Amino acid sequence: MEKAAKPRGRLCTLCNEKRAALKRPKTLEQICRECFYAVFEDEIHRVIVDNQLFKPGERIAIGASGGKDSTVLAYVMSELNRRHNYGLDLFLLSVDEGITGYRDDSLETVKRNELQYGLPLKVVSYSELYGWTMDEIVKLIGLKNNCTFCGVFRRQALDRGSALLKVDKLVTGHNADDIAETVLLNILRGDIARLSRCASIITGEDGPIPRCKPFKYTYEKEIVMYAYFKKLDYFSTECIYSPNAYRGFAREFIKDLERIRPRAILDIIRSGEDFRISTSTKMPEQGNCERCGYISSQKWCKACVLLEGLNRGLPKLGIGRSRDLDNKRNTNMRQANGTQNLQSKQCGSLDF
Amino acid sequence: MQLTLEFGGGLELLCDSVKIHNINVDPQDGEKQMTMKNLLTWVRTNLIKERPEMFMKGDSVRPGVLVLVNDTDWELSGQLETVLEEKDNVVFISTLHGG
Repeated sequence: MEKAAKPRGRLCTLCNEKRAALKRPKTLEQICRECFYAVFEDEIHRVIVDNQLFKPGERIAIGASGGKDSTVLAYVMSELNRRHNYGLDLFLLSVDEGITGYRDDSLETVKRNELQYGLPLKVVSYSELYGWTMDEIVKLIGLKNNCTFCGVFRRQALDRGSALLKVDKLVTGHNADDIAETVLLNILRGDIARLSRCASIITGEDGPIPRCKPFKYTYEKEIVMYAYFKKLDYFSTECIYSPNAYRGFAREFIKDLERIRPRAILDIIRSGEDFRISTSTKMPEQGNCERCGYISSQKWCKACVLLEGLNRGLPKLGIGRSRDLDNKRNTNMRQANGTQNLQSKQCGSLDF
Repeated sequence: MQLTLEFGGGLELLCDSVKIHNINVDPQDGEKQMTMKNLLTWVRTNLIKERPEMFMKGDSVRPGVLVLVNDTDWELSGQLETVLEEKDNVVFISTLHGG
């Protein structure tokens, strides 16, 4: 890096002046750093404008984990907000799951981002919201299904944090690769309800806090390149509790496809968008949890079912399709709940 | 030949959490040039201490690992066929960790 790039390689196909620094997966263009910054930021701006993601004066929370996607999102959002006068009040919102050696370190990154980007930070923790940290949950239930707890709790924690910040919307750093992966996973699981919404750029518009994904069409490769060239400060350690097996396979498949034909990622997202659910398919009706008031299609929301299990020492309540001894308890619970089979979902860090 | 290698995005965890390695490596007998392909074999044998499958797949890096030679995407310089020169800087970044 101290050394100047050698005179090899081609010139940027956009400016024809500087040497190309990367090949864009989306277009296969070979472009220089400066042109890359410009097209990267401009495409995100176009996505925001074309989809009318924000209105002037809105308060927006940026879901910030300290990882690459949310760090780049916080940087680009504050940059675009300034440059194009969106008139938004931006905040960073982080969830502390209580995972020693992982989240405590990544939260330090978010705290640095707070100063670097001048965005106020709010941290909500599992221990204050639910009375349990992930460390304690894993101690009780082991490394199976822990991602289900974490995913359900995080989703609600982000909504509660958003309510505390009184924001109008929550933006998350889900990128094109994540969305393609989720479309595939939902097809493989036959999860019709999620399939129909996972490719939407805005979700939860009927709920209290809509969520949107400005990076929906942004490739992971470009996000990482952007962070690298701009020397953005992000945290990149895998969660110590995440076996992540099922999603891992889908991820690897997407990456293999990308190597053969990078456009495949956008094509899969397109397939997800075009999916139409037949009107005769019965979709769950949205109501409110009788216990905590959170949106739920069941009598109790899933977080309350999981929490009830933890507090009663029956942590398998609400997990998957168990055919073992817990079956009877689950049946009772289901009746009490009026719930069908609550599906377990691997690693919720990408909940949609 | 002296090279500087940098591991990021979580890949440093595979080599004792050391991000920057200054290495001395020479082309194998019979070969005049040092290519990225040779370098990857060398890295796998000499630097990667655990879970090599997180770094390589077949004879290349695992899809999702970005490679930059002198801060330029290796997709522009011929990937495995890229010829390395004295004091080159090679960066490996995983895109697969966290979000």
